[in-house]
Amino acid sequence: MTDVTDHLKGDRIWTWRTPRHRLLLWAGWLGLVALFVWCWGVMTKGTIWAFVCDAPAQAADIGGRMIPPSFGYLPELMGPLWDTLNMATLGTMLGVVMAVPVAFLAARNTSPSPRLLRPVAMFVIVASRSINALIWALLLVAILGPGLLAGIIAIALRSIGFIGKLLYEAIEETDPRQIEAVTATGAGPAQVLTYGIVPQVLPAFWGITVFRWDINIRESAILGLVGAGGLGLKLQASLNTLAWPQVTMILIVILGTVVVSEWISGTVRRALI
Amino acid sequence: MRYATTWKRPPQIIKNRRLAVALQVGFAIWFIAALATLDLDWVRMTEGWSRAVRFAQGFLSPDFTSRWRDISRGLEESLTMTLTSTVVGVAISIPIGIGAARNIAPRAVHAVCRSIIAVSRAVQEIIIAIFFVAMFGFGPFAGFLTLTFATIGFIAKLLADDIEDLDEAQVEAVRATGAGWMQVINYAVQPQVMPRLIGLSVYRLDINFRESSVIGIVGAGGIGATLNTAIDRYEYDSAGAILLIIIVIVMIAEYGSSYLRKFLQ
Repeated sequence: MTDVTDHLKGDRIWTWRTPRHRLLLWAGWLGLVALFVWCWGVMTKGTIWAFVCDAPAQAADIGGRMIPPSFGYLPELMGPLWDTLNMATLGTMLGVVMAVPVAFLAARNTSPSPRLLRPVAMFVIVASRSINALIWALLLVAILGPGLLAGIIAIALRSIGFIGKLLYEAIEETDPRQIEAVTATGAGPAQVLTYGIVPQVLPAFWGITVFRWDINIRESAILGLVGAGGLGLKLQASLNTLAWPQVTMILIVILGTVVVSEWISGTVRRALI
Repeated sequence: MRYATTWKRPPQIIKNRRLAVALQVGFAIWFIAALATLDLDWVRMTEGWSRAVRFAQGFLSPDFTSRWRDISRGLEESLTMTLTSTVVGVAISIPIGIGAARNIAPRAVHAVCRSIIAVSRAVQEIIIAIFFVAMFGFGPFAGFLTLTFATIGFIAKLLADDIEDLDEAQVEAVRATGAGWMQVINYAVQPQVMPRLIGLSVYRLDINFRESSVIGIVGAGGIGATLNTAIDRYEYDSAGAILLIIIVIVMIAEYGSSYLRKFLQ
């Protein structure tokens, strides 16, 4: 009776990866560590370590000042809260109005000219996605002056990319057979759109919109930091006057709003799917 | 008996007609009330129009050179901040993510880790940045801490959800060989979640760069601080250059990360 491993000649041991592969993996990890160390050095060259060491004391100090929250400030926050909610909702609506045409231009199956208009639509989506609402607000406050309008437009411009991207992916995933069936009845392009494509993407559309609305509530709460109105404006004012109990109260209101809007959006999306 | 002679499309989302009407009326009332509180300042807006034109010109003819020193320093801070915070954030979120997975962590550990995740996810980056700047002073170190904190919530939650969904059969097979807890993690859990963890880390790298361009506005360093300064000085051509750089880097990061994720999986 012979051993089954006889033909393997003893010294060959099974390993998961080849030596070459292992070496590459090692080099990769080593490179990452080296890069990290180098980046750390570059990043912290201007850091004043005395301030960093001092941080626990500072944190304790601020924490002590923040408690208890000033509940008397709550009635004053209701106006800005209303502004924040309106800013998020109106901004989402404006964003949707602009994002829907962009999405139809960007989707391969509905784009009127895949060579020319599709790249333009894709650029609009990427540009909108890569610039945060806060930066848009910074620009728009300089152009339009401080106020809700700058915030609404900032939210809308940021939403185009998000809604546009998810919606064009939904449009590309539509079932071509339904579209063909509608076309076969003699429908024109507009009728194909309304009866073939729109019913298929409508649930996705509402889901995306409500999801973005939820994100926009979060963003609009802080847009006031650069002057675009809402709760952020009160936050900025309280921070500038070092009124820490008021800061705590504002943060509680923001947190509460975020939790409620997340719950609403979660419920609606679960109902849609 | 009369039959309908024309076809009418059935309602798509809300089937109840009364509810649909009530929603539409309520929406109209809210819309008018919301528009009434807008308080538009037409004089200020017409004044701002010339600035809008100048900004558009600045965007079309960006000026990279005259503020290049500031821009390159901001970029350097943003990029290094992005990488270090992602690495540290992922390193911290692995134990938290494992602790937050209900199927492998004890109940008490699970509760603690889930609450860390909830706190990290609920608070916006910019608010955390304000506090870290107050505690640690101005500069990229505060930004690094902010992004690390935000990364923990993101990666740990998705990792924990992923571990909760993993294939129990493989875990049981490894456990049946007599493996301890650590060996189960190492040989049954880790191989299953590793590709996704790497994908998520690369994705978070991309997000962290975007965020690093924002938190500079409250003093946490990076390209956002440079952009803020440029807009405050009304140097719209430099601001246009910075925005273009941000857009290009984000595009590279997005294509790069999707390529890298495909390559690694």
